[in-house]
Amino acid sequence: MTTHQPAQIEEVLDHSATAPHAAAPEVHRSADDGQDRPVVLDVRNLHVYYGDFLAVKEVDLPIRRNEITALIGPSGCGKSTMLRCFNRMNDLIDNARVEGEILYHGVNLYGDGVDAVQVRRHVGMVFQKPNPFPKTIYENVMFGPKIAGFKGDADSLIEESLTRAALWDEVKDKLQESALALSGGQQQRLCIARAIATNPDVVLMDEPCSSLDPIATLRIEELMLELKKDYTIIIVTHNMQQAARVSDRTAFFNVDVGAQGDRTGRLVEFDHTDQLFTSPSKTETEDYITGRFG
Amino acid sequence: MAITTEPRELTPELVRRSLQGRRLSWVDVLIQILLLVALVSSLLILAVLLIDVIRTAWPVFAARGLSFITTPLSPDPTQSGILQGIMGSLALTGIVIVVAFPLGVGAAIYLEEYAKDSVLSRLLVANIRNLAGVPSIVYGLLGLAVFVQAMAGVTNGRTVIAGGLTLAVLVIPIMIITTQEALRAVPQALREASFGVGATKWETIRHHVLPVAMPAVLTGSVLTIARAFGEAAPLLLAGALVTNFFQVSAGASFVDLITVEPYTALPVVIFNWSRQPQPDFQALTAAGILVLLVLLLIINAVAIILRDRYARRS
Repeated sequence: MTTHQPAQIEEVLDHSATAPHAAAPEVHRSADDGQDRPVVLDVRNLHVYYGDFLAVKEVDLPIRRNEITALIGPSGCGKSTMLRCFNRMNDLIDNARVEGEILYHGVNLYGDGVDAVQVRRHVGMVFQKPNPFPKTIYENVMFGPKIAGFKGDADSLIEESLTRAALWDEVKDKLQESALALSGGQQQRLCIARAIATNPDVVLMDEPCSSLDPIATLRIEELMLELKKDYTIIIVTHNMQQAARVSDRTAFFNVDVGAQGDRTGRLVEFDHTDQLFTSPSKTETEDYITGRFG
Repeated sequence: MAITTEPRELTPELVRRSLQGRRLSWVDVLIQILLLVALVSSLLILAVLLIDVIRTAWPVFAARGLSFITTPLSPDPTQSGILQGIMGSLALTGIVIVVAFPLGVGAAIYLEEYAKDSVLSRLLVANIRNLAGVPSIVYGLLGLAVFVQAMAGVTNGRTVIAGGLTLAVLVIPIMIITTQEALRAVPQALREASFGVGATKWETIRHHVLPVAMPAVLTGSVLTIARAFGEAAPLLLAGALVTNFFQVSAGASFVDLITVEPYTALPVVIFNWSRQPQPDFQALTAAGILVLLVLLLIINAVAIILRDRYARRS
């Protein structure tokens, strides 16, 4: 695992314990709960723009270590946009712009001198559709470590990554075969192995099961619960049952439609998952999770 | 028509009748015949041309065999081969590859992968598309003014270098467009996968985008080069010898051939021969065309082989 300065982590803790937050979104920072794990990623007053268009506004969201945080909400609510801020994937979109801060162990990911490429080595990502490289399984896992200058034992790194992704037994005899020959569920687990091979701290998952069948979905969900022992996971999902099954905390985003049809996402409520699903504090949240809209 | 909601009595007989296809549709048949006629007539035209060329060229190959290819040009049609034409065309093509491939592919990579989507970049792309449609004779004029005259110090005037650069400029816009299209066909998900594990832009392009795009880039490039190979018009202006071919040395060293000697090219030789009054030149013209066609076929075959090899590797 990546090591972090205790001082930085304390600083983050310090902040979350003392800074009270604006009342607007119902964000439970829960300094009261002595059980809370340290905050790895702390979103503070984040706004995302595409050109002049405000896509997501005023997000405050602490992500805690070794937890699974789910982002849910209707289409267009900005949950994927939010997710892609954590590894600066939005940088790839020409006119995307971010205001506010995301503190990673106390360091602003959007601060001066922070390189998006380096950020992505700490914050890995798994995408909506399995997107293995059209190369061998071996090359898929090794690409990230290789470009990061990995000098160790490649074979053991591959075995460990694939084992952690619960794929080793299925592919150990065909590492030199094309990744495209795997099934959809296997491909997605390979993408997870590829993401953790670079030894990240946080893994982002953007609707990782949306193109998978229920059995493959179940395997990925089991895997996520296993992975959170070593990683901090943030998952975007359309599937509320999935959020309820796997996540520790859930952030509910909703979308405001403006006069010109412009859609701006905002964080409505953030809480422990069981709390949010059983007794949400906002009627908006309740309407959504009970299926009244969205 | 109202939708009936009454329960229907479906007997096998009724179902069978309702599932049976319509009677023969005359429109369908007519369209199919017209499309077939279009296909056959276009193939027929090509076939007639080819047969005519082969028949006219036959006496030349019958009398001299393949030595037609290895014999130098001569004012005497019964003696003339086409050696310098082939040499000139190959040398020109070499320069086109060396100049146009890296510039065209490089420009396309920049436009597709690096340039931000701005008014300027869109203007640039629109202009490149226009340039690809400019008649080749215009590039000939450009070649004459720039490469033969203005840059005479570099090109030595009417040399293969000047002609090759002219052809390169002619194909660069096409090269850019085909490469751009190949790059655009690479799924964005692949780039994201690469960026997602911490690759830089160049690492992503080099390891993932280019290998996937390469078969299409190579095929497009070779076909583009084939186009340059068959061009006569720009070379007529850009310094190829159009008459008195015997000035073109058949025995010059390779470097001299490219840098100082006067040159000509296959299509130009064919053009010249086709204008000669003596009947012997007609057969010679057809023989020249045949040689050009065979070389183009070889170039296209190379394109297919390259594409297959890359496609199999990935």
